[in-house]
Amino acid sequence: MAASHIVKAYDEELADLNRLIVEMGGLVESQLASAIEVLIKHMPEEAKAVIKQDKKIDEMEIAIDQLATRLLALRQPMGEDLRNIVAALKMSNNIERMGDYGKNIAKRAITISHLPILNKTSASIERMGEMVRIMIRETLDAYIRKDKDLALEVIEKDQQVDQIHTSLFREILTYMSANPDTATSCTHLLFIVKNIERIGDHTTNLAEQIYYIVSGELVNEDRVKEDKSAYVAVEGEGKNN
Amino acid sequence: MQNETEKSTEKTAIKIQAKNVGVSYSGMVALKDVQIDITERKVTALIGPSGCGKTTFLRTMNRMNDIIEGCEVTGEILLDGEDIYDTQVDPVVLRRRVGMVFQKPNPFPKSIFDNVAYGPKIHGLADKKDELEYIVEKSLKRAGLFDEVKDRLNAPGTSLSGGQQQRLCIARAIAVSPEVILMDEPCSALDPIATARIEELIDEIKERYTIVMVTHSMQQAARVSQQTAFFHLGELVEQGETETIFTNPRDPRTEAYVTGRIG
Repeated sequence: MAASHIVKAYDEELADLNRLIVEMGGLVESQLASAIEVLIKHMPEEAKAVIKQDKKIDEMEIAIDQLATRLLALRQPMGEDLRNIVAALKMSNNIERMGDYGKNIAKRAITISHLPILNKTSASIERMGEMVRIMIRETLDAYIRKDKDLALEVIEKDQQVDQIHTSLFREILTYMSANPDTATSCTHLLFIVKNIERIGDHTTNLAEQIYYIVSGELVNEDRVKEDKSAYVAVEGEGKNN
Repeated sequence: MQNETEKSTEKTAIKIQAKNVGVSYSGMVALKDVQIDITERKVTALIGPSGCGKTTFLRTMNRMNDIIEGCEVTGEILLDGEDIYDTQVDPVVLRRRVGMVFQKPNPFPKSIFDNVAYGPKIHGLADKKDELEYIVEKSLKRAGLFDEVKDRLNAPGTSLSGGQQQRLCIARAIAVSPEVILMDEPCSALDPIATARIEELIDEIKERYTIVMVTHSMQQAARVSQQTAFFHLGELVEQGETETIFTNPRDPRTEAYVTGRIG
């Protein structure tokens, strides 16, 4: 929206709100990259810093909610402004959840840091993490540029994340049943890849909000779900019972 | 099933149809080429910046512009399919069918009772005293004022508070059993509580009457109306479901106005 509001303070408050969302999203993007790094490289000390960073993300959610509530009360927004503010409330909530999942990855990284490295899965996990990180980056770009096509591309990409999740789930399960000694680290890894997958889901929620802000319409929700991990089972299990 | 079909046709019934309506005051164009359908038993809000033509358009619907020197109305306004500017139409009869409530409450310098009884009397709607009393009571009740004034119906209408006076004016409009009520910023002279009462009242009486309301408060339009029409520089820019106009308008001028970017 090119034209300014008659009330200048309103423009400034809306700009603040958008800036906070981008900043909060940026924090979560770097948190995810760090969480994967401390996991793959076995860096328990650095993992603690990642966990600590989540506090800042939580504080930003509160700041965004307060500003959005203030805008609703004082400005009685309409049209795109209204969509922007309502979307900011939902987006901050989604980003906060993403931060929680990032923090959880770092916690599990500490727990399994003294266990043998699962070299076989680390490359896939790194790749999955990077895919989701790029989704977050593109979502923030779409938000800044009000680019609904880019938002749709992000939503499409989540299917690839779901596919990797399903194959990693299967892979980890196979290791676990082949070598029960790895049960602890494998179980944590299952949660970690699930966390990354969830961060991807929340990122698509953000992209849907951006689509709504720009177009005033909801994204058509009939895309294919590629996460089939709920149906994965290891063959041959239970035969001896 | 039968009922549902009837209901849905009732929902979309058109009470007033404006076709290529233009208004000029001594050659100065105030309104051009307005096309709009006003839905029966709904509240239609007319919004837009000052001087956009919304009040001018409101006043065309019961020929209030007739009394303004140099005012010329072109095009057609159909009430139930009949052109109200036809020479056969008696404006007095028209204004009984299409009542009006003004910006500032303007009770007659008469008692509360007489304010409401005046219309039914001159239009010959009541022959006997008890019939008239019945109409007055019913109208005051529908306007949500009866309980507050029932013990002082002979007190002057001007002795009431601003909000009560406006409800008295609504009772007065209702008393002649109109089909349409035009409201020209009915709450602009009222405090927030009196405004809330009027809005509540509009919501109740829309079951019986087609209401067209000019308002400067977009929040009021959003709260009270089902249809909204946005006017700008004498043009009807956009019309549609109120929710759409305020959350996702199609025309950039509407977007600019409802978000506070043009005034």
